[in-house]
Amino acid sequence: MIKMTDISKSFSGNKVLKNVHFALEKGEIHALMGENGAGKSTLMKIMSGIYTRDSGTVEVKGEQVNFTSPKQAEEVGIAVIHQELNILPYLSIAENLFLGREETFGRTGVLRTKQMEKKTRKILLDLGLNVDPADPASSLSVGKQQIVEIAKALSVDAEVIIMDEPTAALTDREIDNLFKTIRELQKRGVSFIYISHRMEEIFSLCDRITILRDGEFVGERKISETSFDEIVQMMVGRELGERFPERKSEIGEIKLAVKGLSRKNCFEDISFELRKGEVLSIAGLMGAGRTEVAQSLFGYKKLDGGIIEFDGKQVKIDTPKKAKEMGIGYVTEDRKSEGLVVDFTVEENVSMTNFAAISKNGLISKDKERQLFDTMVQRLGIRTSGPHQPAKSLSGGNQQKVVIAKWLGIEPELLILDEPTRGVDVGAKKEIYSIINQLAERGVAILMISSELPEVIGMADRVLVMHEGKITADLPKKEMTQERIMHFATGGGKLAVED
Amino acid sequence: MQLKTKNQSVLQKIAPFIGLILIVAIISISNTDFLTVSNLMNVLRQVSINALIAFGMTFVILTGGIDLSVGSTLALTGAVTAGMMASGIDPILAMLLGLLLGAILGAVNGIIIAKGKVAPFIATLATMTIYRGLTLVYTDGRPISGLGDSMTFQLLGKGYFFWIPIPVVTMIVSFGILYFILKKTTFGRRVYAVGGNEEASILSGINTDRIKIYVYSLLGLLAALASLILTSRLNSAQPTAGEMFELDAIAAVVLGGTSLTGGRGWIVGTLIGALIIGVLNNGLNLMGVPSFFQQVVKGAVILLAVLLDRKKTA
Repeated sequence: MIKMTDISKSFSGNKVLKNVHFALEKGEIHALMGENGAGKSTLMKIMSGIYTRDSGTVEVKGEQVNFTSPKQAEEVGIAVIHQELNILPYLSIAENLFLGREETFGRTGVLRTKQMEKKTRKILLDLGLNVDPADPASSLSVGKQQIVEIAKALSVDAEVIIMDEPTAALTDREIDNLFKTIRELQKRGVSFIYISHRMEEIFSLCDRITILRDGEFVGERKISETSFDEIVQMMVGRELGERFPERKSEIGEIKLAVKGLSRKNCFEDISFELRKGEVLSIAGLMGAGRTEVAQSLFGYKKLDGGIIEFDGKQVKIDTPKKAKEMGIGYVTEDRKSEGLVVDFTVEENVSMTNFAAISKNGLISKDKERQLFDTMVQRLGIRTSGPHQPAKSLSGGNQQKVVIAKWLGIEPELLILDEPTRGVDVGAKKEIYSIINQLAERGVAILMISSELPEVIGMADRVLVMHEGKITADLPKKEMTQERIMHFATGGGKLAVED
Repeated sequence: MQLKTKNQSVLQKIAPFIGLILIVAIISISNTDFLTVSNLMNVLRQVSINALIAFGMTFVILTGGIDLSVGSTLALTGAVTAGMMASGIDPILAMLLGLLLGAILGAVNGIIIAKGKVAPFIATLATMTIYRGLTLVYTDGRPISGLGDSMTFQLLGKGYFFWIPIPVVTMIVSFGILYFILKKTTFGRRVYAVGGNEEASILSGINTDRIKIYVYSLLGLLAALASLILTSRLNSAQPTAGEMFELDAIAAVVLGGTSLTGGRGWIVGTLIGALIIGVLNNGLNLMGVPSFFQQVVKGAVILLAVLLDRKKTA
């Protein structure tokens, strides 16, 4: 279907792709993996006509092509679905689907709305989505919007669909649906290129995998003939060892106890205890209210009821400032919109939570600021070209470490981590796990929200499962299995007690 | 990659300076009267009022805000100060109260914006009208004169420190203080943080409401300071004073390369931006460009500068 040979590409003298090969067969689902910065996106941008290559050849269906614009790639049937969806929320579903190629009465420019809605309904039903095409696109969940994007690609006769981290914002149920759609389309001969950091997905969905490292082609494997460990080793170029490093922390006295917390339309009757040195995870589907609980504990969202005890004393946390002063840190879910000031340098970002430590009478001490930066870079292994590097130019994993660094500076007693490894590559993931372990070993109480079940099971001492704003299970380590957690996360009732 | 962004930002920073030099060069070639000490001092004195307001506007714009009410704030504080002086209150006390009033009017803007969650554009559009209305009510639409002969007050607008006009000294001292605040203090850093990412700032434990109220108060204070200079120079307070001043101030900030979306920019750029506007005004006058046409040229220069800036950042 597509054959890319010896592709090279440089940006301002910096070689980001070196003689890379990639071959896609008709009707296959081909995974493309590599750490952040390995060159996956650049390769895909060359395939879809956004970038032009410096050297090498690209063949589509046996014919050599030289795309100079995305339009040309689209014409031969290559479509890209970006991580950030191109959905206009206030337009209807049908309007989104027909955007840019609306059907009109002759050349009048008057829209044939009814006809387009009828077609939309048919196309979407075909993909298993039963919705009213006249509804605004914003009424759809992210997962359904993704199906609309796929429909859009199909309606321009795409034969190859490139998907970049499509499941990052989906719930497990939506992921199942998406996979069903992808497999259905595969049967009809559509090929997929699937970019993801989630190993489990790749093993359950894909036929083949190509791995890149530092802009070079490392290898191609059939999924049925490879293993998790082999892929990881190919990606990082070394043995990574245990995926979840060991932790030797002593679980101490109760740090945080909450009773009957509630917030209207978000969550109700949330009660749990968290001890020093303990890693407590909150699992659940997206929208279960996990992030809202964290935000309320951090004083960012108001509580409607309930009691919070910190170190055995009842407290009221109404602003993040107060939470910080009490020794609570919050590593937010979305590092770009909530965690970082992307225009700030790495150093300035680290300083944001630590003014007390680096200033006196409102004057920032350059020396102290640099000292804090150096300490954090060393402690967390942040790979940066220096204190003045803009945060936006860091890789995802390093950005995440910067957000964690902000909070380590205050020497937190309780650290809330919301999806700490989302969009982070395997190597950096393990480093983040080690940081969490070190903190727990020092007696920091850790509250970790995560949608990745292997991560929950690998890291947590205990897991709370939430469903539609309520805690449906509180499982100790030995009772955690993916199936059990999913059972409670999807609203299943009590399981029979096993022996 | 890193180097590139760094070079870009350096270029972005010196671009206004290059623009200023170009304009000065063009004007001084076409008119020999321009590059004289007395004319340059004259330009600087004219610039000082706009520059003071623009310095404050830089803080506001860095937080991602805007203030359209500064012209009205200037008029109201000028009128009230003049009124107090005309009625025999100690001139120094009157001036201090005038400054305080400016800060309060600014704080009102800040409170409406931070606590009332009103968009800065709308909030200050409303207070612009209210403050102007209050000025007209207070003055009954007539200028206030007969301000007495307080030495301090007279010097503020008309005096000289050696051969430098006092308003220029005021501008330079204010610039130094404000530059220091933005660069070296936690307050300055927080101003950038709020404009760079308000959400992340709140979640870092920064009291963003307080920062916003402070920047609008600071701008109000500087507008009041500008009003004292203006009142002193004219020896009277005009109820229509300061109309369109907000636009000149915003233009200076934008010419200086500060982003209207907040978080990026610097006050040195604003000083240069204010100088560009002042030099243009003066130069066009010297070159005998008709005053109606001057506005067209000024607007075109601003547009050109912003378009060039877009090109660079795109």
